[in-house]
Amino acid sequence: MRFDTKELPEAVPAVRVAGASKTFGRKAKAVRALEAIDLDIRAGEFVSLIGPSGCGKSTLLRLIADLDRPSAGSIEVFGKPAAQARLDQEYGIAFQQAGLLPWRTVAGNLALPLELHGVPHAERNERVESLASLVGLADFIDHYPDQLSGGMQQRVAIARALAEGPRLLLMDEPFGALDEMTRERMQAELARIATATGAAVVFVTHSIPEAVFLSDRVVVMSPRPGRITGIIDVPFGDERPELLREDPAYFELVTAVREALHGTPVVRAEEV
Amino acid sequence: MPAASSRSARSATGGSSARSATGGSSARSATGDALLRLAAPIVFGIVALGLWQLAVGAADARTPSPFGIGARFGAQFGAIWSASIGTATNALIGLVVGTLVAVVWALLCANARWLEELGNPLVTALSVVPLVSLAPVFYAMFDSSLQTGRIIVAAIAAFVPVFFNTLRGLRTVLPIHRDLMRAYAATGWQAARTVTLPGALPFFFTGIRIASSITVISALVAEYFGGPVTGIGNAITTAVSSSDYALAWAYVLGAILTGLVFYVVTYVLEVLATRHRTTE
Repeated sequence: MRFDTKELPEAVPAVRVAGASKTFGRKAKAVRALEAIDLDIRAGEFVSLIGPSGCGKSTLLRLIADLDRPSAGSIEVFGKPAAQARLDQEYGIAFQQAGLLPWRTVAGNLALPLELHGVPHAERNERVESLASLVGLADFIDHYPDQLSGGMQQRVAIARALAEGPRLLLMDEPFGALDEMTRERMQAELARIATATGAAVVFVTHSIPEAVFLSDRVVVMSPRPGRITGIIDVPFGDERPELLREDPAYFELVTAVREALHGTPVVRAEEV
Repeated sequence: MPAASSRSARSATGGSSARSATGGSSARSATGDALLRLAAPIVFGIVALGLWQLAVGAADARTPSPFGIGARFGAQFGAIWSASIGTATNALIGLVVGTLVAVVWALLCANARWLEELGNPLVTALSVVPLVSLAPVFYAMFDSSLQTGRIIVAAIAAFVPVFFNTLRGLRTVLPIHRDLMRAYAATGWQAARTVTLPGALPFFFTGIRIASSITVISALVAEYFGGPVTGIGNAITTAVSSSDYALAWAYVLGAILTGLVFYVVTYVLEVLATRHRTTE
């Protein structure tokens, strides 16, 4: 449990997915991407969705973001229907690609959501500066995306997702395109940011160590049709120091997630 | 360059001279390559012109020599200049008008596919019709002492590439940007202003760059089919009919320079518009 968000009663989950299914295409060509998903994510909780390609983890994230609509079932974000939550800007989102606007500087990209939602100019500039320093890019505020490395672009994208101080952060393999070293540094940074902001995070990933390092819970999914096959608690608390990566307890949980992914009973995780 | 000089010193004391040569050339290779790339076409051009000059000599009046053409170009510069301005003015007005119409139509088509389907046959016809063949029709429709017909020909020539490129640009929105706009609950106009229109700009400028040369050619060739006695095309036919071939070629040189100005200006605009566009 991270710290509680002030105005929100403990009972209202950040995300509540109830019996959600998603089918793409029609009739003979129909593909069942998700089947009867139930999942509650508490406010301030860090939850990873992990599974092989095609298990519907990205689809589930897109349903929560209301980028796609479920074929059946319901999705609530902070007690509202997902569509309303999107209109109310209840979440920030980041994808595998940074998706920056190449014709805007770092500052212009960070200001984008603020601009669209009518944040006054002075406040916007202030916010952009603090966001840039949050991800260590204060010196690059006037650079264009093509002048930044992939890791730096991804940091801008994460800062942009945080621009309006959302209580929920949706991330679809945000470090998937980064090299291993950059990736580990970004993971530590994200753990720090998630703790500092107290936001709930839904984090889609392929990487078992990444999921264990970052999460309070790891949700294991399997494909065809996509469903949840196991949920593993990661009781390491808010602080996630680099040394955690060499901790035997960490390795045990990595093994537990791997076994859950491969279908063997997850005895050890339930013992923890 | 101490490294290069020590190498040549070694070669003087019996080292391989081949090695010293490669050492020297690799140190200078970057500037050397650039120089070579610049010098090669210039040298080639000079040699070609020289051969032309030698081959022609005074043999045949119908094939003037480079020096003869150059001399006529210098002597008649005032006339060539004003003829170029005449053609260039028609081309420029045509380019601006054609571009405006193309952009408005592309914006409409991008927002309503039925409009695109409605206009498609006409646009396709415009893109395949030998445009300058319309010039006499326009001269007949409008007063043939006016430039209107030529401007219309140039405008239609400009319309086609600007329209196709701009429409493609407006349709080329990255899925991730579309998702972002939806996640931000952006209105249609907000999405257009922040993503679609800026994203289409490079395509638009590419269209203008392609259109620039075509408009000059169209405006010029339209002059071959009548109309007022102005412009380079008109001057070329006049010079040829009075058997002043050197002058005709001097006007051709003027036409080349006019086209080049259009191309270079629009090319620079395109480069400026496509800066910072290499990222995803």
